[in-house]
Amino acid sequence: MGFPFSAIVGQDEMKQALLIAAVDPSIGGVMVFGDRGTGKSTAARALAGLLPPISAIENCRYGCLPQEAGSCPDPCQSKRARKRPVPFIDLPLGATEDRVVGALDLERALRAGEKAFEPGLLAKAHRGFLYIDEINLLEDHLVDLLLDVAASGENVVEREGLSVRHRAKFVLIGSGNPEEGELRPQLLDRFGLSVEVRTPDAIDDRVEIMRRCTAQDRDPSAFAEAWAKEDAKILKQIARGQKRIASLEAGDDVLTDAAELCLAVGADGLRGELTLIRAARAQAALAGARDIRREHVIAVAPMALRHRLRRDVLDETGSTTRIERALAELFG
Amino acid sequence: MIRGRDPANAFHNAAMALEMFCKAPAHFGGICLRGGGPARDALIERFKQSMPTEALHRLPPRIDDEQLLGGVDVAASLAAARTVTRGGFLKRAAGGIILVPMAERVSAEIAGRLAQAMDNASGDERFALVLLDDGIEAEERPPSSLLERIAFHCDLREVRSLELPAKSSAMFGAPVEATPDDAFHLAEIARALGISSVRPLIFAERAACAHAAMQGRSQIETDDLALAARLVLAPRATQLPPDPEPEPEPQEPPPPEDQSSDSAEDDSQTPDPEDLQELLLDAVAASIPPDLLDQLREGKALRSASGHGSGKKRKSKARGKPLAARPGMPDGGARLALIDTLRAAVPWQAVRRKEAGSGTANAILIRKDDLRVRLFEERSATVTIFAVDASGSAALARLAEAKGAVELMLAQAYVTRSEVALIAFRGDSAETLLPPTRSLTRAKKALSSLPGGGGTPLALGINETLALAERIRSQGSTPFCVFLTDGRANIDENGSSGREKAQKDAKKAAKLVAFAAFDALVIDISPRPSADARTLSEEMQARFITLPMADAKALHKAVEQARPAPQTA
Repeated sequence: MGFPFSAIVGQDEMKQALLIAAVDPSIGGVMVFGDRGTGKSTAARALAGLLPPISAIENCRYGCLPQEAGSCPDPCQSKRARKRPVPFIDLPLGATEDRVVGALDLERALRAGEKAFEPGLLAKAHRGFLYIDEINLLEDHLVDLLLDVAASGENVVEREGLSVRHRAKFVLIGSGNPEEGELRPQLLDRFGLSVEVRTPDAIDDRVEIMRRCTAQDRDPSAFAEAWAKEDAKILKQIARGQKRIASLEAGDDVLTDAAELCLAVGADGLRGELTLIRAARAQAALAGARDIRREHVIAVAPMALRHRLRRDVLDETGSTTRIERALAELFG
Repeated sequence: MIRGRDPANAFHNAAMALEMFCKAPAHFGGICLRGGGPARDALIERFKQSMPTEALHRLPPRIDDEQLLGGVDVAASLAAARTVTRGGFLKRAAGGIILVPMAERVSAEIAGRLAQAMDNASGDERFALVLLDDGIEAEERPPSSLLERIAFHCDLREVRSLELPAKSSAMFGAPVEATPDDAFHLAEIARALGISSVRPLIFAERAACAHAAMQGRSQIETDDLALAARLVLAPRATQLPPDPEPEPEPQEPPPPEDQSSDSAEDDSQTPDPEDLQELLLDAVAASIPPDLLDQLREGKALRSASGHGSGKKRKSKARGKPLAARPGMPDGGARLALIDTLRAAVPWQAVRRKEAGSGTANAILIRKDDLRVRLFEERSATVTIFAVDASGSAALARLAEAKGAVELMLAQAYVTRSEVALIAFRGDSAETLLPPTRSLTRAKKALSSLPGGGGTPLALGINETLALAERIRSQGSTPFCVFLTDGRANIDENGSSGREKAQKDAKKAAKLVAFAAFDALVIDISPRPSADARTLSEEMQARFITLPMADAKALHKAVEQARPAPQTA
């Protein structure tokens, strides 16, 4: 029994980023920076636990949708759909490429001499979340691969005489502590959003965290029960957001705002602008707004842009500060 | 209240922590016992006696994924002609206790697995860790992902007396719950010590509750809080608690003691909250381990000193990061990659069986071409050590340039996979200001206050660099020493002044650099280059350049050009 999403104290920016990713999974993953013990994985796990179960063909190892039955590499025979919880895959630090993308199914190869594909963690994460703790310690080639699959929504395997492709749509959540090594800017740029988390400073908040953790530890189901109502509210908000997002278009004024902002902070590349608009749209959808407005752009600007600013080693100013300064100058 | 700095008391604390840990191992996540020696042996002996043998599992060093998590047992599968799976170490250890010997050398990968398993286990499957940490240097610590998840960190390195404190006559009354006030006090202490993670807070609360229960109390008292703070919070301090305000002036006389009626038995339990806070902080400050205390005093919080985990640096030909298997014969130290060999053989089985005829129905036909060997990448990352002469008047400029160069190098560290360290020598000492790191964030913190001025203890600087370089080499990386100096020594290796002896010592030390065959570069950045630095470089068999007007960028470029190329085996 996981920790209820609504029971997480503080961490507003991270929670908001996760909600945006839930409403628009195409946003391209969330990178979470922060020290240990600040509740990064708890929040990600909680969101996966909160979402309603998905409907998939029974026993299908690729999580096929009912209407997609039989379209996976190891065609699922059944037509019956079953509910299963939203996948949450915790990618271990030492994971090999085999385990991540999948490999030749040794068992079947040995027994029956068949050349069959054993799906890896990417297949398991389809339609759910892939969480990577300490992503800055992961081998670079694996990070490349993960980001590539996350962006394309498809895992293509060409190895050991196998040629397999399967759907792998998931929200990638990476976490890391910048004090323990940096991530290449090219990789950072490919994350849609990035947030910085820290333990709340206020003593009252900390005491509240302790109280809730103790309560959860003592009786997880009663604790979940107590927060069920709050969780249901968030669920409703997500559902409403998902419904609304398709009908939201960014007007010229918002597009101009986004472009000006990116120019002002010196965010490299087009990706920043696109993500900014996308995130603003999801933000508006979550808020139940009729159209995307400047306030939505402002609200998501730090998380959409802070990891894309060109780094100047000799400038000590933090990225968040630089964005806030630009926001203040541009929009007052 | 200097009790905590008394090693015997450290022993006592550890015994206490162990006792609490034994009562509910999974509840506390684990315990780390730092410093091998009779003291630790005695504690472990006692620990083993109080735990059922079958609950204890010793983690084999360098265990691989397959063993850790389980998987297909290839040998058994082949023999039985059906798939035989084998449970991994973690499965066998579920619900028990994992003893981790040489915990300071556990790789980040294994630590990650363990941490993940700890996070995901629930109910009866939860397990606990006993980390046996033999680290000596401050940098040699168990991976922080594990330290974070266990309640007690005990340092036994200074313990000399082996008088094992008697086991408390633990009565273990009814479970005790912490009140919001108790939680508040612990949270305040954690903040004063600069602890940002929430896990220690929760562990501290549990420790306070457990101690109260052990004492047969029904609620938490000051003693319990103090103990919890001492055992759980103090070892994680990243800053010293602020000094209490200088003697609050007694503006009003203390209120007359009119509550004497109920304070008779109550005075230790309900002191004024602020007094209590101070009392607790004193107790905690007194039990911060001495070496941590020194670091904190110098303003160097070690926080993630073990960021990479020492395991990551342990590399050699037969270990290190496995690369994809390649066709080849298993000889010359290359190990057979069984699974990959089988994978290569499998697609041909039908054809080969036909070829080979009868009697091979159940056999797997493997040919030489199928053989695959496991290769390991020797991640022989270069560690560039900047040894900066911080003496005299040029110091400030030179240090600033070195600092800039370090930061520029680190900004590219993810491309070159290199690490950077910085040593400064001045006055009568040489000091490692920045231990090898790839983290720009950490470097910036360490470099923010660089001291300068004083004499030139060149020999000391070279020796310190040598020691660090040796350590780096023993960990499998390649050190590259860059000396920024004018080569004019005037402090000898004992720290006393005298130009002649100083030059002689420096020469001696320089020869050692040549003898150890470390790649080195001497950069003379004094405004008027002299022969001294060139001579020094010759003694070291190092390259030599002069950069009279060097700025950070020029320096960085020069070092990059001189740096040996990273090697892969």
